[in-house]
Amino acid sequence: MTLSGDWEMVVGLEVHTELLTKSKLFCGCANHFGSEPNTNICPVCLGLPGSLPVLNREAVDFAMRIGMALHSTIAPSTFHRKNYFYPDQSKDYQISQYDLPINSGGYLDLLDGSRVSIERAHMEEDTGKSTHLGGSGRLAGAVSSLVDYNRCGVPLVEIVSGPDIRSATQARAYAAELRGILMATGASDGRLEEGSMRFDANVSVRKSGEPFGTRCEIKNLNSLRSLQRAIDYEALRQIELLEGGGVVRQETRHWDENLGETSTLRVKEDADDYRYFRDPDLVDLAPDQAWQDRVRAALPAMPAQRRADVVALLSAPSSPQLDAVEVVIDLGLERYVHAVVAASGDAALAVARVANELAADVEHVANLSTDAFVATVLMEQRGELSATQAKTVLGALLADGGEPREIAAAMGFEQLSADSLGSTVASLIDAHPDEWGRYREGDEKLAQFFIGQVMKLTRGQANGKAVIAELQARR
Amino acid sequence: MRSATQIAADVRSGTTSASDELERTLSVIDERNAELNVFLYVDVEGARAAAAAIDERVARGDDVGPLAGVPIAIKDNLCQVGIPTTCSSKILEGWLPPYDATVIKKIVAAGAVPVGKTNLDEFAMGSSTENSAFGPTRNPRDPSRVPGGSSGGSAAAVAADMTSLALGSDTGGSIRQPAALCGIVGVKPTYGLVSRYGLVAFASSLDQIGPFAQSVTDAALLLEVLAGHDPRDSTSLPEPAPSLVAHVNDGVVGKKIGLVRELYTGANDDVLASVQAAADAFRAAGAEIVELSIPELSLTLSAYYLIAPAEASSNLARFDGVRYGRRVDGDDVTAMMEATRTAGFGDEVKRRIMLGTYALSAGYYDAYYGQALKVRTLTIEAFTRAYQQVDLLLGATTPGVAFKFGDKTDDPMAMYLQDVFTIPTNLAGDPALSIPLGTGDEGLPVGVQLLGPGRSEAQLFAAARVLEIADGRS
Repeated sequence: MTLSGDWEMVVGLEVHTELLTKSKLFCGCANHFGSEPNTNICPVCLGLPGSLPVLNREAVDFAMRIGMALHSTIAPSTFHRKNYFYPDQSKDYQISQYDLPINSGGYLDLLDGSRVSIERAHMEEDTGKSTHLGGSGRLAGAVSSLVDYNRCGVPLVEIVSGPDIRSATQARAYAAELRGILMATGASDGRLEEGSMRFDANVSVRKSGEPFGTRCEIKNLNSLRSLQRAIDYEALRQIELLEGGGVVRQETRHWDENLGETSTLRVKEDADDYRYFRDPDLVDLAPDQAWQDRVRAALPAMPAQRRADVVALLSAPSSPQLDAVEVVIDLGLERYVHAVVAASGDAALAVARVANELAADVEHVANLSTDAFVATVLMEQRGELSATQAKTVLGALLADGGEPREIAAAMGFEQLSADSLGSTVASLIDAHPDEWGRYREGDEKLAQFFIGQVMKLTRGQANGKAVIAELQARR
Repeated sequence: MRSATQIAADVRSGTTSASDELERTLSVIDERNAELNVFLYVDVEGARAAAAAIDERVARGDDVGPLAGVPIAIKDNLCQVGIPTTCSSKILEGWLPPYDATVIKKIVAAGAVPVGKTNLDEFAMGSSTENSAFGPTRNPRDPSRVPGGSSGGSAAAVAADMTSLALGSDTGGSIRQPAALCGIVGVKPTYGLVSRYGLVAFASSLDQIGPFAQSVTDAALLLEVLAGHDPRDSTSLPEPAPSLVAHVNDGVVGKKIGLVRELYTGANDDVLASVQAAADAFRAAGAEIVELSIPELSLTLSAYYLIAPAEASSNLARFDGVRYGRRVDGDDVTAMMEATRTAGFGDEVKRRIMLGTYALSAGYYDAYYGQALKVRTLTIEAFTRAYQQVDLLLGATTPGVAFKFGDKTDDPMAMYLQDVFTIPTNLAGDPALSIPLGTGDEGLPVGVQLLGPGRSEAQLFAAARVLEIADGRS
């Protein structure tokens, strides 16, 4: 969306990501989504009187990985208490990093060449989850509320960008790239639908060249689509307001996905005073050089690098091919492409198969060995399998694993290409003497006719190139 | 009164049994608890089972530990599985902890028999035990007077000869002040020496669990068991428990002991006489007394009454009626929390929550909490300088002897001044103890205070032992 007149939007994102640690941030409870309510709890995460937090080193590892991937500075840091009363918060304060975060500064480069600065990426604990019964499903007006503390104390890293984003599309691209980075670090599973990543957007508008306008914060956007829509909606709302002679009030707003609009959640003037102070139950966090070096050495390649590595394998990639590469990187499946290339196979064909067939059944990708994938692609490349057959074989491999050659044989694919294709083509020539005559006289379009007939007879199992070879051999 | 050291030795040798010792304890409690209100809860069954188990193990020839069969009183802000833990507050009504405090695990592993939970000022906020929601504890030396606080119940349990040992917690003097007023030994260890896991927090950066005992040796015996690193407490010192009992008779020959003006100025004549007697006893035992002034200490009371309430305002937020304890219903969740906290907390707790909330609020933080933290840093530096000149410091524990009920309840400032000599060492995180020496008004006990640098407990016990002997207790 482009804004009317010379309006410009200014957006900064706060992204919360849950970390894939085995246990919670300050206790030994399992960090697991989807357990029975209130089963992953203990005196510490329930905030029982007398319990004390102890920092999980694995969470620090992940936080540092994120910082390193975002080119942040890792510095000695502290934990504060953010005090506010809310039932899903077992201690009625949240332990969070405040003025001294573990990661400060940094940047993230987007695909379009733009760079978004990172202000900080700090650690904090998640809250529990409330379910409000009766009323609108929100706390206000609820008849009663149930709280599940399984999520209480799950480690989070909050990544705060600078106010560098200038469009909802760019915000979405930033969020998507960040998601890829978080998944690459192993810190996050990137499952937006499970709330393992959540976005808050700070949106303001201004006339080009003027100082920043008053911003509104849109809370808890949990999909890339909501993020983009909410930002566009909010920018337009502010422009309309300003053009109508009104003023933007600094406030926190709620995005309603169904209505497609934001509404006031709370006004900043009556915002809570969180009375931050150093948590006296925790000590300073100052990872020494050896710890940092260990984490850095184990840091995998980030999406930008991995993307470049795959693109380099393609000659003059088209725009759809680049999109396919994006899918491959998003799903972290480029090892299949690299394996095909290592076996002197066709990178473009490998990218296409990964971006389509593997992507379609990505949850079963563990069943498919890179060797089996390479063998299938090579068979297709050599004409031993048609495109349709290769896709079918991959489907079978994904579903149940196995050897591609055996699967092809069991499906009768190899026999078709070896023996019966020739006789099928011969019988079709006999059945269609007119068409065969015109083809022999040079009407190449009729090759398509014969391919279509072969496909019909073989229920799509023939290889088009092989059919042409058979036709040409008889011409 | 038989000492804990003696009881443990006799239980281990089979001269007495843990069960017999427990029955003696239970009979004294039975006799005096109605009058003194020391115990809020006596775990008769649990204690009998524990004592019987120890006797069985002794019979089998097991080593049951250094506190074998010693009955011990537990301040009711320490969590013990399945035992009501109230902090003397109505807000924790009905709550049964599902876990043991680390110190409970340690004393049980050492063979001690926890007999019950003792009264305190609500959430350890007070200096007389008058702030308990379950009525005040009476001083066994004079039941018309307070036992001090906040660990008044634990101090009274030992002073009344109910148990030879008790656990207390000391945030600004809550072990040393009642020890002084009840005429027993009370120790506030180095911050981090004893795990706080399972101690219901008042002010986390100041709270420290410590022993009450009739004698220095018994206190050292218990602290040896309590001390040592605990991975469940991030602020716990990363080192094993020090050897203490072995050093109680080390004496003070060649030691320099600083007599600190700010730690006795304002005390009454009886207390001053005891402090002077302590100095004399140290000189006689071969120490050098150095008169010192540490002006920074005069700022510590004000700093403490910002830092401790600030932390408390956050620590006590969790008592909101949602998960445990008392709940008073309201129209919505905020109203429920307000009603619960209004009904559940007493006046002093509310006063401190308000003080602390104010001190941390936007626009006031720098002037109050931030300023108090600076005073704390100055205090630490001042003590560090003092300990470059001398080994230990000497002063009063309290300004006077045990006072009458109601004497100070209408004047919070007068009550807060009870802690003026004990607070500085909490801010510094250093150890200190109170030891009875001489008597004051109407024969009431007087305590003197010994302070040392971090981890100097062994030296403090050795010095305290010198005073114990000088006071005629062998």
